[in-house]
Amino acid sequence: MSLLSPTDQQTLRDMFADMSQTVTILFVTQTIGCETCDETRRILAELTALTDRIVVEEVNLVLEGPRAAEYGIDRAPGLVLLAGGQDTRVRFLGAPAGYDFMSLVDAILAVSGASDAALSQESLELLAQVTEPRKMAVFVTPT
Amino acid sequence: VGLANRMAFSSPHITAVTIQATEFFDLSRKYRVTGVPKTVVNEEIEILGALPEGQFVRAALGIEEQD
Repeated sequence: MSLLSPTDQQTLRDMFADMSQTVTILFVTQTIGCETCDETRRILAELTALTDRIVVEEVNLVLEGPRAAEYGIDRAPGLVLLAGGQDTRVRFLGAPAGYDFMSLVDAILAVSGASDAALSQESLELLAQVTEPRKMAVFVTPT
Repeated sequence: VGLANRMAFSSPHITAVTIQATEFFDLSRKYRVTGVPKTVVNEEIEILGALPEGQFVRAALGIEEQD
């Protein structure tokens, strides 16, 4: 059964139609000891069913640990967003369920050039001055 | 979350990880997450709650607020 209603599916389809490049989601998974990997897989399948501009590639944490580590992911489920094959430095840890589902959709739209909500010129100027690595961890809950 | 992701996407030096606090209790404990959203930058700057863009970006970059 689908997790999304037909209305929501159509809304998302319309949003994804504006994507100017393909977004690849590297889905870091593991078979044992990952309670929400199955749920994450179902959620991602719902997205890829709506558009061919979203591609999911599974990376097994146990078998392909070094590949996951390249993106700083050491646990599952983990998501890494690539736009046009390039790392966007946007990652998610944990199932993108509830409110976080919209965060994932928003991120996909933002990195593929389909979001109207860009940062202000002032913010971009501040960001242009950043030369040291900064790792931002944003803790959220699904509701 | 949206702001952090856009910052990461806009700067090659910034990485943004959204973490489900309820799934990764070890990380939540390590960073003393008592409420969400909570943003931790380079393990030193802590931002509690959602802020307007200008304030959030300045806080995350460690720029003092100008009065």
